[in-house]
Amino acid sequence: MGVLIPLFYLVLRATEADWSTSAELIFRSRNLSLLQNTVLLTAAVLFVTTLIAAPLAWLTVRTDISGKKILTLLSVLPLAIPGYILAYALLGFGGANGTASLLLGFEIPRLSGFWGSLVAISLYTYPYMYLNLRSGLLGLDPSLEEAARSLGMPSAGVYRRIVLPQLRPAFLAGVLIIGLYVLGDFGAVSLMRFETFSYALFLQYSASYDRIYAAWLALMLLSITATILFAEYRLLRGKLFHRTGTGTARNIRLTKLGWKAYPAYAGMAILMFSAIIVPVGTILFWMSRSMDYSIWNGLTEVLAQSVSASAPAAILAAALAVPLAYISVRFPSPLSRGLERIAYLGYATPPLALALAFVFFSLNSVPFLYQTITLLVVAYSLHFLAEAIGPVRSALYQAPPRIEEAARSLGYPPFKAFMQSTFPLLKNGIIAGAALVFLSCMKELPITFLLSPVGFETLALNVWSYSNEALFAEAAPFALTILVFSSVFMGILFSREWSRT
Amino acid sequence: MKKAFVVLGIVAVGLFMIYNDRSSADLILYSGRSKALVDPIIERFEQETGLRVEVKYGGTTQLAVALMEEGSRTPADIFWAQDAGALGAIAEAGLFQPLSEGLIQMVPQRYTGAESMWVATSGRARVLAFSTSRVDEASLPSSVFELTDARWANRIAWAPTNGSFQAFVSAMLHEYGAEITRNWLTGIKNNGAKNYANNNAILQGIASGESDLGLTNHYYLIRSKTADPSFPVENAFFESGDIGNMINVSGIGVTKGSQRAATAELFIQFLLQEETQKWFATDIFEYAITQTPDLDSAVRQAYEVSPTVDLGALSNLQQTLTLLREAGLL
Repeated sequence: MGVLIPLFYLVLRATEADWSTSAELIFRSRNLSLLQNTVLLTAAVLFVTTLIAAPLAWLTVRTDISGKKILTLLSVLPLAIPGYILAYALLGFGGANGTASLLLGFEIPRLSGFWGSLVAISLYTYPYMYLNLRSGLLGLDPSLEEAARSLGMPSAGVYRRIVLPQLRPAFLAGVLIIGLYVLGDFGAVSLMRFETFSYALFLQYSASYDRIYAAWLALMLLSITATILFAEYRLLRGKLFHRTGTGTARNIRLTKLGWKAYPAYAGMAILMFSAIIVPVGTILFWMSRSMDYSIWNGLTEVLAQSVSASAPAAILAAALAVPLAYISVRFPSPLSRGLERIAYLGYATPPLALALAFVFFSLNSVPFLYQTITLLVVAYSLHFLAEAIGPVRSALYQAPPRIEEAARSLGYPPFKAFMQSTFPLLKNGIIAGAALVFLSCMKELPITFLLSPVGFETLALNVWSYSNEALFAEAAPFALTILVFSSVFMGILFSREWSRT
Repeated sequence: MKKAFVVLGIVAVGLFMIYNDRSSADLILYSGRSKALVDPIIERFEQETGLRVEVKYGGTTQLAVALMEEGSRTPADIFWAQDAGALGAIAEAGLFQPLSEGLIQMVPQRYTGAESMWVATSGRARVLAFSTSRVDEASLPSSVFELTDARWANRIAWAPTNGSFQAFVSAMLHEYGAEITRNWLTGIKNNGAKNYANNNAILQGIASGESDLGLTNHYYLIRSKTADPSFPVENAFFESGDIGNMINVSGIGVTKGSQRAATAELFIQFLLQEETQKWFATDIFEYAITQTPDLDSAVRQAYEVSPTVDLGALSNLQQTLTLLREAGLL
């Protein structure tokens, strides 16, 4: 269980200190304010992302709004924008000398601190919630709703009593991913200067190269994670979400929007402006200030290297996610649920700590793998595994076990029965999961810094490297490549889905 | 779908073989300095010597912590850091090997590490940037401590989260103690100083009229001036020896585990030779650290007015951060 490596490492480092030092580190009052900041930010981001994602999912699945495909694609596009780019763009947008006042002629207040972090993180994490709710809504069987309606339930009641409860696994999967993301996020909070556990952790390394207090901070962060995971487990226990009757679900009837489509478009426009136009506009603005085309040389090679690590990681993560989700959904026991939960710990481990753990682990046990692309791929996939599990698990909840049971009763061996009956139903979930992991790997920094082979470069590394020197014009092409490549990639995935329906 | 998996698998294995082949490099460099500042030098070095250098780029902090984790098993031969603090930390952890006397001699002694563990490669000065339209050069303060004066109320720009600024505060702390440093920090804050995200933003803030004075590194202005010669900001120093004129350095050391110390020293020699030092000054606007006779007069002045600070002692920022936090600046 590779995910436990970081945990083991952190405990090892943390317990290097004698007990009195440890006690002093654990019980210092600063931890309390860090805890407060972290919890506050996490809760606020969850609230805002749900507020954005829920109406968006409903609009693009259950209504007759036109341009649905474009809207869907636009809704997930922020996933392709690295968080630090969005934070940079938002930081540079407001204020007296901000892009807003330079380009548009009016000054808006500069975002920073709690509000800055909230806006930035919400804008690039809401697609996780959106994707989960969307696939949840798509997989709903309309017959339950129709039954409720035919029994005279008003439509508000139908939503509250029938639709929302069925969306619970999808919603909770979104909550988990976003919540854990906020816990571990470093890019936005450091730029916006809001001290959460993960930011304090980095400051600790950079301020004194002190790995002991840093390890304690990481462990405290992981205990918050464990609490969230436990709560989620309690909320989902013993629920049934798939069809039990015979036959297949029929297509859903769409809500007619009429004039209400206009406010919906307006809302979308505001969202797209802040989540896509501001960062992309900022990138283009950077580029326009220096028209040096020589930077484009070598870009394809860097792109190839980025992909060569991200794609295998996405596949590996998806491959690991299927059995984990399968045993936890089909054979629920404390052990199987526990195994799946552990994957989420890897996600919430701050990447820098995770990378250091892998440095430590590989040098001590498999030194020949150290700083090879193999180790990088393994670290990526273990870190982002949780992103793949969510969609796979949601799909599994909606795949009736009866088909597989039928296959078994017809004499298929277990694996073949699974491949023939359940696997096809999971395909969308698997693809969505792999896509999320792929996009995250393309943007990843701390793990890439430490574990990539010497001389290995990714697009994200270049973006970071140049923007760190305030050479934004040089950083821009790499940022733009991440963006364009990722959105084309997502476009292909969705078009596959659409061509089948 | 299956085909795609197979193809990707083959690609991954292929890349694994390529990148696993570390032995082909003659030298492995961990660089906390950005690619833009390092790549051109590596290219020239490879051309001149025919040796092959592989670089691992990262944040100075991340690489320093990784070096500590790797210990003697590090694949790196050299570590090039953006600031002296990180070098001090690595030296303190016993992970550098001493450099030869010849190299150490090339750089003024105060810009080398204790026991010859590291050597500076280029310098950068803290300066006072001011608006040429709203501040009379003759009226500029003579010491960084005078900035708490009511005369400068609501006119100062600074970047409390910036690494260079924090190194400067550490130096003040080291030279003057916690009491004076704390008073200075709260004094400036209470004087209505505006917080900026980084040095570049400080200059933009002064140019746009938000602020009149800024505490920053010297080279950002030169970069802005190259883009726009009429940029309405200038740099000034405080009086000679003032802590506000501190010079911080980038520096380099050879790892303890390196079996290729001779090649590593050849590379360091290359960085310190006149031509490369000139490149630092003319192309990336830092200061040459080897004090050649034809040193630019501005650079000579910078070195003359800078205070004497033990840079290696700045490796622990813990107390600095505590002070900044107490003052409500972090």
